[in-house]
Amino acid sequence: MVENRPLITFLTHLVLVLGVLAIALPVWITFVASTHDQLRMNQAPLPLWPGDYFLANMKQTLFGSGLSGTETAPVWLMLLNSLAMALMISTGKIAISLLSAFAIVYFKFPFRMGFFWMIFITLMLPVEVRILPTFEVVANLGMLNSYWGLSIPLIASATATFMFRQVFLTVPDELLESARIDGAGPLRFFFDILLPLSRTNIAALFVILFIFGWNQYLWPLLITTDTSMTTIVMSIKQMLEAAEQSPQWNIIMTTALLAMIPPVFVVIAMQKLFVQGLTETDK
Amino acid sequence: MADIQLTDLVKSYGPTEVLHHVEGGIKDGEFIVIVGPSGCGKSTLLRMVAGLESVTSGEIRIGGNRVNELEPSARDIAMVFQNYALYPHMSVRQNMAYGLKIRKLPKDEINRRVEEAAEILEIKQYLDRKPRQLSGGQRQRVAMGRAIVRDPQVFLFDEPLSNLDAKLRVQMRLEIRKLQQRLGVTSIYVTHDQVEAMTLGDRLMVLNGGYVEQFGTPIELYDRPASVFVAGFIGSPAMNFLPADLNGGRATLPDGAVLAVPPRHTGAATLGLRPEHLADDPAGPIALEVDLLEQLGANTLIHGRLQGTEHALTASVPGHACDSIGSIRRFSATPALTHLFDTASGKRLAD
Repeated sequence: MVENRPLITFLTHLVLVLGVLAIALPVWITFVASTHDQLRMNQAPLPLWPGDYFLANMKQTLFGSGLSGTETAPVWLMLLNSLAMALMISTGKIAISLLSAFAIVYFKFPFRMGFFWMIFITLMLPVEVRILPTFEVVANLGMLNSYWGLSIPLIASATATFMFRQVFLTVPDELLESARIDGAGPLRFFFDILLPLSRTNIAALFVILFIFGWNQYLWPLLITTDTSMTTIVMSIKQMLEAAEQSPQWNIIMTTALLAMIPPVFVVIAMQKLFVQGLTETDK
Repeated sequence: MADIQLTDLVKSYGPTEVLHHVEGGIKDGEFIVIVGPSGCGKSTLLRMVAGLESVTSGEIRIGGNRVNELEPSARDIAMVFQNYALYPHMSVRQNMAYGLKIRKLPKDEINRRVEEAAEILEIKQYLDRKPRQLSGGQRQRVAMGRAIVRDPQVFLFDEPLSNLDAKLRVQMRLEIRKLQQRLGVTSIYVTHDQVEAMTLGDRLMVLNGGYVEQFGTPIELYDRPASVFVAGFIGSPAMNFLPADLNGGRATLPDGAVLAVPPRHTGAATLGLRPEHLADDPAGPIALEVDLLEQLGANTLIHGRLQGTEHALTASVPGHACDSIGSIRRFSATPALTHLFDTASGKRLAD
């Protein structure tokens, strides 16, 4: 809408600015907290401007043993664990969904739609619902405290399968026929034509799934008992309750800040593809 | 280079038969146009030859070999699709080379063929562009280039020009014809446009409702249409049809006028008269009551009715005309240029 009404323009900007402030303020406070020492963080009022302990806090958080007086893993290891888990979940989900959508759209086999709906029904079974049986299975397979245990139970994805099905349905039949005449078999068609055509959708999904994987809390909490396998998101909560002492806000906030960086980086890096993947329908 | 033989070809989807016992022989190097209205099965027939649709019964032979069970890529054909079906993420060069790459041809051979085809089609300067950066006509050329580089036994065209504007269509039509003559590859071309069919084809196969109505040269179809359907489909503007009562060499029209026609038939029949064969004649037997004039410059189409009846009649007269609406204009017709059809079956009555 192009309207030349100064009052409306002012009001819309005001609302936007307030919105941005509301979202940015907690992040700012997190940042400020990570730049003071522990003493300052336990005094009222809370500081609103950065102090000069940022590098010291960062060093202690990343490479020290995190909170003093506890035996948690250093945060760099947690970051690595989280990264491995998020990457395994997102790439695994994408790979499996691409293959199942390919099968459902391009192959005619008995009970094809039956399988599709079975996949679809798993939407109603997130890990929180099936937590006991899934834990049992993972424990029996000896995957507790491993990357496999962290990622495999979360890999099957109905949403992604459904999305790729929709993407494949928009690919014109003539492309398939053309490829058949060119002599491309199913796998060639998949890799040479379908994958490049779904590039933007894959990127969009990767962003969403990476953040989904990164933010996993309940599942890692259940199956990791070894401190060397803890992920960063679950450890923030643990830090709050650690030991019988007042929370070390500077360290906790530094950890939170570090936990925010990878998702933000992924979003920024894939922003262009992400928007294309969610909006473009033309093949 | 190969001939194609269609024998008793049937296609059904479940219980519905859409192509009924199609027969036809196509000679090596011939350009065949399959023409018919939408839904007549022409694309299905082409896709069966291509191997994209299964054959319900009957046989397709290309170069003497039965191909019914062969995959499209094993039939040594190339197809040009209506919407071009270019791979959007590949450059023009990659599009053209893709089939050859799969067939594992050596790199320099692929390059040579692509360059050669690009030369013929004058698309050399576009080789590194993506299809979306090209205009419709250029994409069409690329689609043809992709067919040419494969050096196939048969070209199949599925309404390749229907997405182009009128002027470009005429131009591309000529180019396709020239290209086919130059390469001498057996070709099957599907279209619903009878002008395209007449100008392109060595022979035309007219399909209607899954039946082959007639298979012959354009002139045969124009001069001696085998049925009312072919007569109405080939030629523009379409042929006029009037019910007539035959008695020896005389046909009585609904308004009582009497016309000389080829003898040998008696009884009710359908009389076909091409608009361009109605000759201006103030004393002629056919009286046309004018409803509408279409000025085309070189000639004028006079639309109207047979005087005093509701039977539509169109005449094409050379030059300009300025008849007023409702006025009467009289025409005569040479017996040799009239067509007689059986009223019930629509089949042509023997001359």
